[in-house]
Amino acid sequence: MIRYAWLIPLFPLAGVLINGLLGSRVRDKAGHVASLMAGLSLLVVLGIAREMILGPGGSHVVPVWTWITAGSLSVSVSFLVDPLSTIMLLVVAGVGFVIHVYSIGYMHGDPGYPRFFTYLNLFMLSMLLLVMADNYLLMFVGWEGVGLCSYLLIGFWYEKQSASDAGKKAFIVNRIGDAGFLLGLFLIWTLTGSLSYAEVFKAAPQLAAPAATAIGLLLFIGAMGKSAQIPLYVWLPDAMEGPTPVSALIHAATMVTAGVYMVARTSPVYVQGPGALEVIALVGALTAIFSASIGLVQNDIKRVMAYSTVSQLGFMFMAMGVGAFASGIFHLMTHAFFKGLLFLGAGSVIHALHHAPAAQQQDMRYMGGLRSKMPVTYWCLVAAALALAGVPPFAGFWSKDEILAGAFFSGHYVVWGLGTAAALMTAFYVFRMIFMTFHGEMRVDHHAREHIRESPAVMTVPLVILAVLSVVGGVLPGFPPDAGWIHKFLAPSLAKAPGHAALDEGVRVVKAAAQAGAQGGGHGTAGIALIVLAIAVALGGIALAWRMYLRDTAAPARLERRFPGLYRLLLNKYYVDEIYQACIVEPIYRLMRALFDFDQKVVDGAVNGSSFLTVWFSRISGIFDLRTVDGAVNGTAGVIGFFSQLFKFIQSGMVQNYLFVMLLGVFLMVSAYLFR
Amino acid sequence: MSNLPLLTLVTFLPALGAVILMLFFQKERTGAIKAFATGVAAVDFLVSLPLWTSFDTAQAGFQFVEKAAWIPSIGVSYFMGVDGISVLLVLLTTLTMVVSVVCSFTAIHEREKEYYVCLLLLATGMLGTFIALDLFLFYVFFEITLVPMYFLIGIWGGPRKLYAAIKFFLFTLFGSVLMLLGILALYFVNLKTGTGKLTFDIAELYTVGPKIPMQLQVWIFLAFFIGFAIKVPMFPFHTWLPDAHVEAPTAGSVILAGILLKMGTYGFVRFVLPLLPQASQAFVPFMVLLSVIGIIYGALVSMAQTDVKKLVAYSSVSHLGFVMLGVFALNDQGLLGAQLQMLNHGISTGALFLLVGIVYERRHTRMISDFGGLSKVVPVYATIFAITMLSSMGLPGLNGFVGEFLILVGAFKAFALPLTYQLYAPAFAVIGIILGAAYMLWLFQRMFFGTLDNPANQKLTDCTAREVAYMLPMVALMFWIGLYPRPFLARMEASVSRVVKMATLAQAPSPASVAGLGRGAQEAPRR
Repeated sequence: MIRYAWLIPLFPLAGVLINGLLGSRVRDKAGHVASLMAGLSLLVVLGIAREMILGPGGSHVVPVWTWITAGSLSVSVSFLVDPLSTIMLLVVAGVGFVIHVYSIGYMHGDPGYPRFFTYLNLFMLSMLLLVMADNYLLMFVGWEGVGLCSYLLIGFWYEKQSASDAGKKAFIVNRIGDAGFLLGLFLIWTLTGSLSYAEVFKAAPQLAAPAATAIGLLLFIGAMGKSAQIPLYVWLPDAMEGPTPVSALIHAATMVTAGVYMVARTSPVYVQGPGALEVIALVGALTAIFSASIGLVQNDIKRVMAYSTVSQLGFMFMAMGVGAFASGIFHLMTHAFFKGLLFLGAGSVIHALHHAPAAQQQDMRYMGGLRSKMPVTYWCLVAAALALAGVPPFAGFWSKDEILAGAFFSGHYVVWGLGTAAALMTAFYVFRMIFMTFHGEMRVDHHAREHIRESPAVMTVPLVILAVLSVVGGVLPGFPPDAGWIHKFLAPSLAKAPGHAALDEGVRVVKAAAQAGAQGGGHGTAGIALIVLAIAVALGGIALAWRMYLRDTAAPARLERRFPGLYRLLLNKYYVDEIYQACIVEPIYRLMRALFDFDQKVVDGAVNGSSFLTVWFSRISGIFDLRTVDGAVNGTAGVIGFFSQLFKFIQSGMVQNYLFVMLLGVFLMVSAYLFR
Repeated sequence: MSNLPLLTLVTFLPALGAVILMLFFQKERTGAIKAFATGVAAVDFLVSLPLWTSFDTAQAGFQFVEKAAWIPSIGVSYFMGVDGISVLLVLLTTLTMVVSVVCSFTAIHEREKEYYVCLLLLATGMLGTFIALDLFLFYVFFEITLVPMYFLIGIWGGPRKLYAAIKFFLFTLFGSVLMLLGILALYFVNLKTGTGKLTFDIAELYTVGPKIPMQLQVWIFLAFFIGFAIKVPMFPFHTWLPDAHVEAPTAGSVILAGILLKMGTYGFVRFVLPLLPQASQAFVPFMVLLSVIGIIYGALVSMAQTDVKKLVAYSSVSHLGFVMLGVFALNDQGLLGAQLQMLNHGISTGALFLLVGIVYERRHTRMISDFGGLSKVVPVYATIFAITMLSSMGLPGLNGFVGEFLILVGAFKAFALPLTYQLYAPAFAVIGIILGAAYMLWLFQRMFFGTLDNPANQKLTDCTAREVAYMLPMVALMFWIGLYPRPFLARMEASVSRVVKMATLAQAPSPASVAGLGRGAQEAPRR
């Protein structure tokens, strides 16, 4: 089955061609075509995963064709099937398929229906390429491809200025990251002579620490763009302009995790340059708490989710940074389940409210009390919220706890502290969302009320599937913590390169020391303490949300009055967009206008100026010539002498002068003929 | 096959067609004129196809060679041939000519006969430039192209056509006259201190060039540099380009961007690097600086444009900066990337000009602000535009990426390690890629997204079958080169590495000889 891995991206490609070229003819069937293709991909993925999981596993390269060769550089289009790509394939194809089906219902009746599914299949194609590539350049192809689809889908409703602005912003901010990624690629190739993972990782142990750190940091710039980390996260909240299934698939479950995947994939290089990992851990932790704090006060249901996604991606990078690669991928997986579900649930709510005024459809202040009207959506969202908050035994608990424990036991106490604080905020904002949306009194516009009903089965079945995964998707692969199935399965992919094992060993030693030394007591006491603390944090956040938004509903307003500055700061997202606008965008606009001015006035001015001078000079020569001719008429010997001087000058024997005169003659004659 | 003078046929077929058109066609019979011009261009393209199929990729030297004495008294020969450096440019030219003729049917309504005559004559000039292997012959072809282009802009151009045409002509003539000086210098140096033969033969001069004293090489380099840099155009010699592009008719712009600019970059690869290796090496920092300035400057200035055509024109300055950066990386990857990027730029930018022409014919405006929301009324056009835009900004999977990637890899290899100040070159070039995305996406947004608020755009018709037909080969090439560039790279590789070897194996000049420029510091060893 693994031999047929090339089929996986082929199906979505077929979908793109069918829907893209025959869009006007397939029309309402576009969704079915696209979902069928995504489903067929998923079947192949399941077949391969079955072989990988039940069989001996290992790492398989499926070559397709040689893409670029230039001197010593050779890059092929080949697919890699190993445990890491298997997990990613399961997530991408699985969640992808579910969201395709959901979109059939959600996008029903949209004038751009075939276009939407063309883009969605194109996204699947690119994302699958990204995770299946066996070399960095092919990964970059997928990387840019998903960026393009993100651009197209964010701006899907292109007549809306804010949507097309958001699409453009996403693409350009991502390109900034890509520039770093590209430089990282060049450095990898220059230092190791190859771009294929196998070769690079073989050479990785010989890399000097500064070189590996440089590669790591450059690649991480790419990851910051794609996975929305500080300072390049600004595009993701705006990306919510896209249709909600897009937000679920691209901006929560799959594409935005590409950076995490890339770091995990590159782990053999990262462990050679630990400096880069420290940076990643810190950036991840700061992003986690920074955006969680913004999420506390947002009123747009999708914006809350968006900031939550940025924050959760921060958690994944914390995992990478502290060397807990497997835990990070584990969180990536559980996050795909529950965050995908949160978005789809939000979409279900928005869908139900589509008779409300446009400005209120996503605003939680105009919701409330939807629980009884949309029970399936409600219960699914509660499961997702519990998973996100980290309440056992829901999925998020297992992976998030591993990350925090990893940070703690590797001695990253600051990272751990920030992460724990972010976890508290997470539990709070997600239940704030649940309470504001589904509980309390209904604040929906009167005209819209009667139209509220549960979404059709094509939308709720996907919700239920993801809800089940949000419940069991953590405990099954992740129990017991740090030693669950997923760790054993992923180990070969992440520990393949020499050096990584040493780090693992190091982590284990540090853990043992911390457990034995600091706690001075029984094995695992610290671990259990951490788990208890994590549960307390999650429940505390939920309780706080319950108190503020259900019991004492005047509390938020009171707090707002008490800390107006802080509230405004959070509501306005720390004014980061405004700062970027003033410090980067505006100066570039000014620079480009100034340069254009310079181009016209100075560079071109010099050209026109010299022609002006030439014309004047020739006029003066003309006057001079007249006098000489006059002199010739007078026939003085001296003038004859001067003439001979002049002829000597003309008859220089210099071919270029002849040619010049000749060309000028031809050109004047033909001009006279044509312009007459 | 081998005894057929294929290259002569390819080169002079359009000129022959032009003569027949001039003599045997009546002005009024425009249908017949168009059909005949199309036929000539198409036959020329077909005749050039064996250059693709029978080209020996393993061979680095010249193929399909034809050689005969022309003016033996001064050693001028009729020496024609192609290698990996030129063969794809020849094919690009013949293809572009077909497209240029076909895209003019509805754009040109006056003096149609003369117009197609000019186009066909231009084709001969350009083809000859890429095929000629005798410096004198090359110069003749190089100059011949000026005349029909001058008329194309000056007669069938926009409102400021005369200014643009004269500027184009004088600016480039100024450069090429200096280049002629360089050619003559080479000729006389060879005569006096080289082989002692009267010859303009490139293959022979290749062996002489590296032995020329550094001090003289520098002067010859500067002469060639001015000539070719104006043509490329490199910053700061680029200001003729936006004017020429804006005023030229669509086909003129397509040819200008697609082919004529390549004559400059081609000149560097064909003549400057192998003939003046030591000087080329010495000038690397300078050339790289100008290239990088061109990349960033071109991109920023393009962002400031309000006229689509001018935006595309300035983007050429940026793209050609990439090409020059690749050339002066002086390694396989960089030069191969540069060669490929010459094709890519011809295809993508050519296609962009075609697209601008399509909408200009309908709306008679090129101001970006006159458009908006076009996706709604012209979906096919918007799709082709989108693909072309993505190709131009180097999206992987399309042609631009492969070229840019190779150029940047080459530049990185050449300038980043060991770590010196020169690292700025690839670093800034990468910023150029970001800016490239910015101006293109912004353009696309302003033209195609938003609401269709200008009533004049509401009745816009989508691409006709003819328009789709001539855009299709361009789009197909974008995908082909993007997905499977090997046939293209394979054809160039051997010759490219030969040029790289010639440019780098020659003994590196000591810094003193550059510093002592004009004072006769020391001479390169001569055997």
